[in-house]
Amino acid sequence: MSLRRTPLYEKHVELGAKLVDFAGWEMPVTYEGVREEHLAVRTHVGMFDVSHMGEVEVEGPGALAFLQRVLSNDVGAIEPGGAQYSCLCNEEGGVLDDLFAYRLGGDRYLLVTNSANHSADLAWLGRWSHDFDVAVRDVAERYAMLAVQGPHARAVAGRTLALELPPRMRVSHARIGNRPALLCGTGYTGEDGVELLIDPEIAPAIWAELLDAGVVPCGLGARDTLRLEACFHLHGNDLSPDRNPIEAGLGWCCKEQTGFVGAEAVARARAQGAAECLAPFRIEGAGIPRQGNPVLAGGERVGTVTSGSFSPSLEVGIGLAYVRSGLAEPGTDVEIDVRGKRRAARVASKPLYASPASRKEN
Amino acid sequence: MADASYPEQLLYHPDHDWAEIDGALATFGITWYAQDSLGEVVFYEPPELGTTVSKDSSYSEVESVKAVSDVIAPLSGEIVEVNEALADAPEKINEDPYGEGWLVKVRLSAPAEAEDLLSAADYVALLG
Repeated sequence: MSLRRTPLYEKHVELGAKLVDFAGWEMPVTYEGVREEHLAVRTHVGMFDVSHMGEVEVEGPGALAFLQRVLSNDVGAIEPGGAQYSCLCNEEGGVLDDLFAYRLGGDRYLLVTNSANHSADLAWLGRWSHDFDVAVRDVAERYAMLAVQGPHARAVAGRTLALELPPRMRVSHARIGNRPALLCGTGYTGEDGVELLIDPEIAPAIWAELLDAGVVPCGLGARDTLRLEACFHLHGNDLSPDRNPIEAGLGWCCKEQTGFVGAEAVARARAQGAAECLAPFRIEGAGIPRQGNPVLAGGERVGTVTSGSFSPSLEVGIGLAYVRSGLAEPGTDVEIDVRGKRRAARVASKPLYASPASRKEN
Repeated sequence: MADASYPEQLLYHPDHDWAEIDGALATFGITWYAQDSLGEVVFYEPPELGTTVSKDSSYSEVESVKAVSDVIAPLSGEIVEVNEALADAPEKINEDPYGEGWLVKVRLSAPAEAEDLLSAADYVALLG
C-alpha cells in the first residue's frame, strides 16, 4: 500500500527531512537532528506538520448529549470557543483513543483524533450517534494542521501571520491566506503554542512564511521526546484498549456521572484502585530505556516500559512504564532491564520536565 | 557533521562498519553512512576489555535519541583497547567517524577474514 502524504510533503523533501512510515503516512521524523529540534521548541519556536491527525466534526441539536455519551470528560463544561482533553472509551473502560474536543459554536464541535485511530474512531462514533440528533462528519481532508510550539510561538506566529491568537485551551475562528482557519491554543510539547487548522491548499505558503520568520521545522522524533518529557500519553504506547484511564493516570479527565460509554467500568476501577499504574521515571546514570523493556524491583519483574527515550532537555534516559501500584510513588527505586543490562531508575513526578514558563504559571 | 567520506585505506563490512588493519591489530568503527542514518549519537557504552568479538556479530550498541543500532564486528578477535572518551563525548562518532570516533582495537584471531571485507570503492558501490 502506498503511503499517504500531507500537503507539506514537498516542503519536507526540499528541507532534506528523513521520512518514515508513521501510521500509513510518509512523515518527517527529523530534518537536522532530533536534539536540535527538541531544544528549539524548548528555547525558541518550532513547527510540526501534524496534518496526519484526523478531524471529526460533530454538529446538531444532539451534539452535546452525544459527546457526553462517548467522551469521558464533562463536555457540558466546554464553553463556546473552549477546548477539552478526553478519552474515548469502550464499554469495558479501555481507551480507544485520546483526543481534544473543541467547541466551535453552539452545537458544533471538532474532535482531533490520532491518525492511527481515525477510521476506527469514526466507525465507533457513527455507531453511537444513531440514538442522537447529530451529524458526525469526517473532515480530515478539509484541514492541514500545523503545530507552532515554544516560548516564542505566539509572538512569532501572531506577528508573521498577522493573527490574534486565542489563549491556552481556547479555539478561535480566523482567516489565514484568505481562507477560513481554526486557531487552537493547545499543543503536545509542554510549551506554550498554537495549533493551526488551515486549508491544505495554502499550507505550503504558510509553512514557508513561518520558516522565513525563523521557526525551526521539527519532525515527529522531537514531537515524541517533547511530549514524553511533559508526560503526555501516546496512544498505542501508553494508552490502549487494554488499559483504562485510571491505570493511565487519566482519572482527572473522566467524569463518570455523565454516564459515558465505559463510565461504569471506570467507576469500578477508580473505586477498586488499579493493580498497575503508569509512572514516569528517569534513569539514574547510564542507559536509555526503550518501549518494551522490563521494569524490575528486588530482581523481580514489576512492570513494562511503554515509552522510553533519551531526554534532550535533561540529558538522561526517561520513560513511562506501567508498574505495580505500590511502586508508582515518586522516589521509588526500580531497575530497567535494557537489553540485558540492568539500569538504575527512579520513579519521578509529572512532568519529567517543566518549562520555565509553565512553572511560573503554576 | 563531516561530509560523506570513505577513506581508501580502510576495509568495509556491508553492515556499515570499518576496520583499519595494522599487523595483528585492527581498529573498528562505524562508517559515515551508519552514523548519518542513525542521527546524533547520544549514548555509547564501550564494551569490556578482553571481550571476544566474532566477525558479523554485534559487539556493542550506538544509540541516538530515538533508536538503538547494533555495531557489527568486521573481523574476529579480542578487544585490547576501547575508546573511553566516547562515553562522555559520543557525538565524536558523528563528527569524526574514522578518527576520534573509533570504537575499539582488536587483536585479530583470524586475519585472513579480511579477504571478505570490501574496499572503499566496493562499499560505496554497495551504498548505491
